[in-house]
Amino acid sequence: MVLALALLAAPAVGQVASFTMAEDAIEAPLDGLRGDPARGEAVVRNRETANCLICHSIPGAAESFMGEVGPPLAGVRSRLSPGQIRLRVVDPTLWNPQAIMPAYHRTEGLVRVDPRYRGRPVLTAQEVEDVVAYLSALEAPER
Amino acid sequence: MTLGWRRLLPLIALLLGAAEVRPTQEYLSPEIRAAQEDPSRHPGWLWVDEGEALWRAGDQSCAACHGSIAGMAGVAARYPLVAADGALLDLEGRIERCRTQQQREPAFGRESEALLALASAIALQSRGMPVAVTTDGPAASFLEEGRRFYETRQGQLNLSCGGCHDDNAGRRLRGDIISNGLGTGYPAYRLEWNTMGSLHRRLRACSLGVRAEQFPLGSREYLTLELFLASRAKGLPVEAPGLRR
Repeated sequence: MVLALALLAAPAVGQVASFTMAEDAIEAPLDGLRGDPARGEAVVRNRETANCLICHSIPGAAESFMGEVGPPLAGVRSRLSPGQIRLRVVDPTLWNPQAIMPAYHRTEGLVRVDPRYRGRPVLTAQEVEDVVAYLSALEAPER
Repeated sequence: MTLGWRRLLPLIALLLGAAEVRPTQEYLSPEIRAAQEDPSRHPGWLWVDEGEALWRAGDQSCAACHGSIAGMAGVAARYPLVAADGALLDLEGRIERCRTQQQREPAFGRESEALLALASAIALQSRGMPVAVTTDGPAASFLEEGRRFYETRQGQLNLSCGGCHDDNAGRRLRGDIISNGLGTGYPAYRLEWNTMGSLHRRLRACSLGVRAEQFPLGSREYLTLELFLASRAKGLPVEAPGLRR
């Protein structure tokens, strides 16, 4: 009960880490956190939170019904550096205003947000780092 | 093999031009599309039968003024429209008005079985007919409101309707093929719902999907959006009662 109250009382500010952008990358890990690829894979495959697979696919037969709105994530490390991946997860519109992909670590400048999510980013700084660690290690499938 | 045709959809859309708006039935799987055309395999026909019975029910029945329900051919294709008093009405709103003002009966209520049934039976009379909503005159400002809603990125996921239904129609979103989002099949029986539902219920699901504020059934936001969707569908066939995944 005390924990629940504490969670409810958590201020909206401070839920989004500050960062510095250089070109199309955020080089420094958010809040200096270390990402964990295994946790990152769980975040990517979670259909209730970030729901990456509604638009993207990952290698392997474990998942079905993956989307094709965004590019496949396999081998993204050969196209983008960890810092570039970080920026695209945090907020792709910082680099490309026309990007359709949602910003996963942003709370400002959004319109008509469901009251239940107002003031909260989709992913915490730790989850962003976990996803960056997972994607930076994700190999393209062998052909 | 069976997925082959779906892979061609984005290519076809590209060849036809990105602005191409195509009937929703062309985005359905062959199985769903066939069932939508077959009353013996379309559960929505239970609502149609109920709606046709309601049309004739009571002393002050719909039929008492309007005659056979077949006379409603073409009506659903013109909704939503601006009524004489300036209100924007969808088909359900028109039925509710008729019921309270002409029949002096209590309103059925949005999403009630009776209202969905009547709307389905009436919409069926326009099936295959081209959508023919009026978008000028008093409808123009409503249309503009709907267009703004459609084009505005919204929700925690910061997506606009057009981001998916214009720019990515034909592509796969999880297991579904994204359509042009026309609403011409509503009311529709959705397998996900296991029941008949209105377009506004579907729009609430879209709002939820992008983690945006959900508006009430019959709200101004969804009515004006419905008008804009119908303006995109002008000339395309009414598919209601639709069958959807």
